[in-house]
Amino acid sequence: MSTSDSPQESGALGVGADVSTSLAQEQQTKSDSIDLPIFAVRDLSVKYGEFRAVRDVTLDISEHEITAFIGPSGCGKTTVLRCLNRMNDFIDSAKVEGRIDYHGVDLYHEDVNPNEVRRRIGMVFQKPNPFPKSIFDNVAYGPRLTGGMSKADLNDLVERSLRRAALWDEVKDRLKASALGLSGGQQQRLCIARCIAVEPDVILMDEPCSALDPIATARIEDLMQEIKKDYTIIIVTHNMQQAARVSDRTAFFTTEMNTESDRRTGVLVEYDTTNKMFSVPSDERTEAYVTGRFG
Amino acid sequence: MPIVTDSQRSATRTQVRQAITQQKRHLPSIALSVTLLIAVTFTLLTLFSLLARIVTQAIPAFSERGASFLSGTIGSEPDKVGIWPGLFGSFAIGIGVLLIAVPLGIGAAIYLEEYAEQNRLNRFVVVNIRNLAGVPAVIYGVLGLIIFVGWLKPVTNGGTVVAAALTLAILVLPVVIITSMEAIRAVPMGLRDAGYGVGASRWEVTRDHVVPYAMPGILTGTVLALARALGEAAPLIMIGAITGLLPETSLSGKFTAIPMLIYSWSGRPDSSGGNIGWSNAAAGAGLVLLALVLVFNIIGIFLRNHFEAKRVGT
Amino acid sequence: MNGLLAVADLSGDPRRRAHDRRMQRLLGSSAFITIIISALILFVLARGSIDFLKSIGWDLGVLRDSSKAPGWFPRRERFDLITIVMGSVLMGSIAMLVAVPLGLGTAVYLSEFAPTRVRKILKPIVEVLAGIPSVIVGYFALKFIAPNIVDPIFSPDQSRNMVVAGLAIGVLVIPIMASISEDALRAVPSSLREASYGIGARKSTTTIRIVLPAAVSGIVAAFIIATSRAIGETMVAAMAGGRDGSGPRVLDPLEPGLTMTAAMTNAAGGTDQVNSGAPFQVLFFVGLLLFMMTMGLNVIGDRFVQRVRQQY
Repeated sequence: MSTSDSPQESGALGVGADVSTSLAQEQQTKSDSIDLPIFAVRDLSVKYGEFRAVRDVTLDISEHEITAFIGPSGCGKTTVLRCLNRMNDFIDSAKVEGRIDYHGVDLYHEDVNPNEVRRRIGMVFQKPNPFPKSIFDNVAYGPRLTGGMSKADLNDLVERSLRRAALWDEVKDRLKASALGLSGGQQQRLCIARCIAVEPDVILMDEPCSALDPIATARIEDLMQEIKKDYTIIIVTHNMQQAARVSDRTAFFTTEMNTESDRRTGVLVEYDTTNKMFSVPSDERTEAYVTGRFG
Repeated sequence: MPIVTDSQRSATRTQVRQAITQQKRHLPSIALSVTLLIAVTFTLLTLFSLLARIVTQAIPAFSERGASFLSGTIGSEPDKVGIWPGLFGSFAIGIGVLLIAVPLGIGAAIYLEEYAEQNRLNRFVVVNIRNLAGVPAVIYGVLGLIIFVGWLKPVTNGGTVVAAALTLAILVLPVVIITSMEAIRAVPMGLRDAGYGVGASRWEVTRDHVVPYAMPGILTGTVLALARALGEAAPLIMIGAITGLLPETSLSGKFTAIPMLIYSWSGRPDSSGGNIGWSNAAAGAGLVLLALVLVFNIIGIFLRNHFEAKRVGT
Repeated sequence: MNGLLAVADLSGDPRRRAHDRRMQRLLGSSAFITIIISALILFVLARGSIDFLKSIGWDLGVLRDSSKAPGWFPRRERFDLITIVMGSVLMGSIAMLVAVPLGLGTAVYLSEFAPTRVRKILKPIVEVLAGIPSVIVGYFALKFIAPNIVDPIFSPDQSRNMVVAGLAIGVLVIPIMASISEDALRAVPSSLREASYGIGARKSTTTIRIVLPAAVSGIVAAFIIATSRAIGETMVAAMAGGRDGSGPRVLDPLEPGLTMTAAMTNAAGGTDQVNSGAPFQVLFFVGLLLFMMTMGLNVIGDRFVQRVRQQY
């Protein structure tokens, strides 16, 4: 248990191609390292056709923490996030290399059902996307898919989920009303409630506040703190202040020029506790980014 | 003392107004506008004279014959014929198209938009469907003649209304697929993401979100396809629809359809005697066909509005 | 739930999985039926054409026999292909002479000039025109275009002739010409128009110099697809065209004529009814030719449509 690691060492978790998995494993013995990672990502590369969007990402995600992915546009942070619950399956040209273990199971194992993965690893999207149904039906949709739930249980579950998402008091009198009548911030909290209702283990958030005003954003951020004791949250954000405010750990991605084509590929630069990333980052690119000199 | 006096101001205003209004007298502009208006007027005039001709010619058939024009059977005297066998045939064809082309077409559209990977085979399937949509109706008639009248005779009993329904279902299938694909493509990606995000399978997302959202477009396409099937005559000629005598209507015997009656009757000469000539009988059948096509369009619009209202919610 | 999972924990509900796979197979097979349909069309037409060629002893000279008087009389074993191809081309050309100015004019008016209120009324009207069955347009040709327009102006020998049929086919393809052209015109980005207005150009100048050139591939596509539809049109040609395959007269549009499509209906169920031998089998041969002509036009037209999509 030493807290005096040099920045180089502790920042080394998953930097570029030359970092071997042994380094990452070694890292697990250290103080602010991750004992039992919920996700263990190893040498993850994603190609869209011939274009390599992101390469050689290695990182571990810890349970019951909020992990933020930050970096400039096109750095692959959303791509990596969407690999974690196999949302990239829907892009025909996307090809995922490397390995992602979730609780020790290879997510891309052929017997793994992506739908089951997404039930356990929920997602909240950039633009609030409620179903064009009632508020109640939005939340009840996921639980109904698996079936076998009594009406009373379902009512309970919907109420509980809406309460957790801090939306219950605002909508309890109009559960049958269309979800599309809610404000943007309410819609996004409804999406979080919908996600919570299937009792996931992890919630992935892809820039969940980018379409919201500062007040709605603050409510979502409070909500994240509120629910993190029950869920593992990974958030992609463009907003560095947001990452600093809400997250426990931060991964900084950036783009680098390819030699073979003129398109940019995303790489993971540095991954560490948010405190360290924003105070004493070990990589000068991280420092340039978090201090606003780049990106 | 203001720098610009009121009189100066109004003078400038007049000048500016003149400068702007002068452009309206620009000759090429007028020429273009006039040309376009003539084109539009001619198009509208054609439509209205067509409708007027059908309606005025059809009036005697309905005023003299009344309901017996609808319930009577076909024959050789223009003032005694009725269109019942045609109605029966067209109705059966409509049902057949609904039962065959609509489920197949929507299924194919769902597969191509939601399931199919972007590979060479699936691209070929889509190109092939676009080409099928452009194949002349008469060629579908040749297909129907060989496949449904010939090869599948044990099922269809030869040139019956069953063979006609199958032939026309195949003919409108590409229309149903293409319009449904367009409707499905217009479904926002966020809706699919939301469904998959809570662990729904592809089929569940399709059934619960994609198809309901795309329903107005799919229904519009379906109705248009149905209207097209009801109006086609060329394939029916090819598979042997008859126009002479048809004492009884059945699914397993000879058949006719409304467009066949219009085709046949409008070719017969009008004799000078009698209040109802063949052109009146043909126009009467034509009016019924136009009304059917129009009714289907109205149903389509109604359903579309219904679904859109439901989607927005209250 | 910290700890390790097994693959089985993530394999989901087998029933839901199986249902999903079943639906995929079901939906997939309905998509692939369309391939079977195309294959059957080609097979049927090719097999019939081969039967036809066999029964004329592979003597292609029969199709352009100058020793006999030319003309299309299958029952008299006279298969002068030029007669019916020219019939189709001639009636198709007359149709396009009607459809291009009226269809394109309507499209330009709808997309560039019509106020929103007018557009909202006019566009559904054009759509109604598109939905009118061809047999009704055939009736219109016989009972209005022939007696009220063509007879008084040209006084032809017979009321059913290629001009009457051509004009009516033109009416039929106006909406196709109009809607594809209008799509192309509306696809021209408004920034282009604004750029032109921004330097003080008039609406007419903007339309002719900027919008029409920018939409040219879509307009060409509209022309090609409408032509294909005109050549493939059967009912109007059969009802109003005169159905006369006498060869020499075919170049005078005021004479009755015979299109490929009308020749096919004759062979199958019309005036030339027989069901075997060369006079019947020729219908497949003509069908194959028609199929290839319209398919060729459609493929080229589609290329132009795709080009519009890529441009903007």
